[in-house]
Amino acid sequence: MGIIVGSIIALGAMGLTLIYGVLGIGEFSHGDKMGWGMFLAFFVVSAEGANLGFAGGRFGSLSFGWGLVVGLLVAMVGVALISVIMERLVYRRLRAAGGSFFIFAIASLGMSIMLRAAIQLIWGPSNFRYTPGIHPAIEIFNGIKVKPDQFFIVGVAVLAAVLLYWLLYRTRFGKAMRATADNPGLAEASGIDTNRIRMGTWVVGGILAALAGVMLGLQAEVRFDAGFRLLLPLFAAMILGGIGNPWGALLGGLTVGIAQEVSTQWINTGLKPGIPFVIVIVVLMLRPRGLFGQTR
Amino acid sequence: MDPLIVTLVTFDGAVNWTVGFLTTVAIFAILALALNVQWNVGILNFGVAAFFMVGAYVSAVLTLPAPEGLESYVAGWGLPVPVGWLFAAAAGAVLALLLGIPTLRLRDDFLAIATIGVAAILRSIANSVEGLVNRSRGLNGIDGFLESEFAGGGYRWVELVIALVVLAAVYWLVSRGTASPWGRTLRAIRDNEDTAKASGKNTVRFRMSAFMLGAMLMGLAGAVYAHRSGTISPLTFSDLLGTFFVWTMLIVGGSGNHRGVVLGAVVVGFFWFGTPLIQESLPDWLGSRVHQVRQLLIGLLIVVFLLWRPQGLLAERDRVSRFVTEGPPSGHEDERRVWRERLRSALHR
Repeated sequence: MGIIVGSIIALGAMGLTLIYGVLGIGEFSHGDKMGWGMFLAFFVVSAEGANLGFAGGRFGSLSFGWGLVVGLLVAMVGVALISVIMERLVYRRLRAAGGSFFIFAIASLGMSIMLRAAIQLIWGPSNFRYTPGIHPAIEIFNGIKVKPDQFFIVGVAVLAAVLLYWLLYRTRFGKAMRATADNPGLAEASGIDTNRIRMGTWVVGGILAALAGVMLGLQAEVRFDAGFRLLLPLFAAMILGGIGNPWGALLGGLTVGIAQEVSTQWINTGLKPGIPFVIVIVVLMLRPRGLFGQTR
Repeated sequence: MDPLIVTLVTFDGAVNWTVGFLTTVAIFAILALALNVQWNVGILNFGVAAFFMVGAYVSAVLTLPAPEGLESYVAGWGLPVPVGWLFAAAAGAVLALLLGIPTLRLRDDFLAIATIGVAAILRSIANSVEGLVNRSRGLNGIDGFLESEFAGGGYRWVELVIALVVLAAVYWLVSRGTASPWGRTLRAIRDNEDTAKASGKNTVRFRMSAFMLGAMLMGLAGAVYAHRSGTISPLTFSDLLGTFFVWTMLIVGGSGNHRGVVLGAVVVGFFWFGTPLIQESLPDWLGSRVHQVRQLLIGLLIVVFLLWRPQGLLAERDRVSRFVTEGPPSGHEDERRVWRERLRSALHR
């Protein structure tokens, strides 16, 4: 169970850590971008989507079919577009004016409120599910039951981490991204179009946010503030893994997810949201660069 | 017709609404002023609701009588309201100290991250720990300050006076603070932390003191709020109203300027609490979505002001001391003015 939640947190934290690392922006609207991804996919698989001919069918024992695959694509394009628009309209202007981390953080907070309000405006405050009904779990061993969907979620997270690593460390684009992260001025002087790199970073971050959002919707309920509620675990995973480190985000996400679920053995379930916070504080006190962060 | 509209068309109704509105705005203005104290030294507090909530709960449990029947909460000593206020302020400061110790020495951004979850955690503690603060049932029947003396009526006015007096005191305190050597040091730290360090200032201690002062005032605001509304529950202290709303007041009013912040509280407060008044006269498709639309606009206000009027409605005045009558001395580069000019040229690029 913790591994599933952890995978979702990891997916979100990968996007967050990428944006933080390359652009230096603490993206407080990342949770709500997940929310948008979740709802865009919901739009496709729900009744409105069915009218367009996207619903129905299931893959084997998974709870979804082509509808959700199309939904996932729509969500990725949609959230990437939202991110690019935000960069173009807001962040680029603030950056040109020399805005500090604080200005970006407050701007992203404002946009987080807007994104969340927009979801409520369109879909209302109710909870939804991608596919109604009960999805049976399969017993793998010793009474541990896993739903087929949950294998899929973990697989997506691991695949995303591999792809992100490949993009960052094995492609020219990734090299340019890392150069921009280290020293934007120098990167620009060496002929890198930093604006294009930033746009690319937002696109990748948006895709990751959408993935995380759809997986969250698959695992739990589709709810307007589900993404926002995950914001602290995301940041906890990012800090735990070291800012800008995709593997760190994956491991950090899994750690936070597992810690949250395991904690309920000893503490009141209602206190579960406090676990990521405790992790943040402990990591900050002992290893501010993160458990898996390297010293530059 | 909406009963709210009915109350407004009569003179008494309008007066009552205005008195209630001003009391609420005064409490939010205290929060915004407190946030300004922290923001002024580069502390990004995204957990205002947490300090607000701690103050409200501490004062409530101390002044309530011992729990009976189904109620279950700690303390319940029936202390006088002003004592509750004092402890509320102290509780806010203690929470700030606990949060500040691990984060203030580190990078600027970590405190912001650490504060985003605090309110949610306090809400979940209040909701799930039995015997602490009545869980989700909330605390009811919290006494108003001097309420028994005004049992005959007119207590709304007393509430307004109480809120305004506290606001005035807080305003006086933060203005004096800003004008003092302490405040000048804080501005120096904000504008250039390294220079301040080089001048022998313990910047961590100064920032901690600003963080704690702000948190103390937020706790006080929470206490005033609790005794005014009489009822509090974990739901009262949402991130939207407790934190984001206060940030909008600060950004709209003019961060760095205390008068601007109070003005921001009035403007944003009127926008928020005033919209239900026109809800009835709006077309149906909009009227039913007023809450979401105004929430959207709260976020939009933050972004729009950052882009087009970063100094807010009233800008911070560039001066070192009131004894220096000219503008900033040569060589003093005021960050905000430079930022404003650069932004203007960036927007016209």
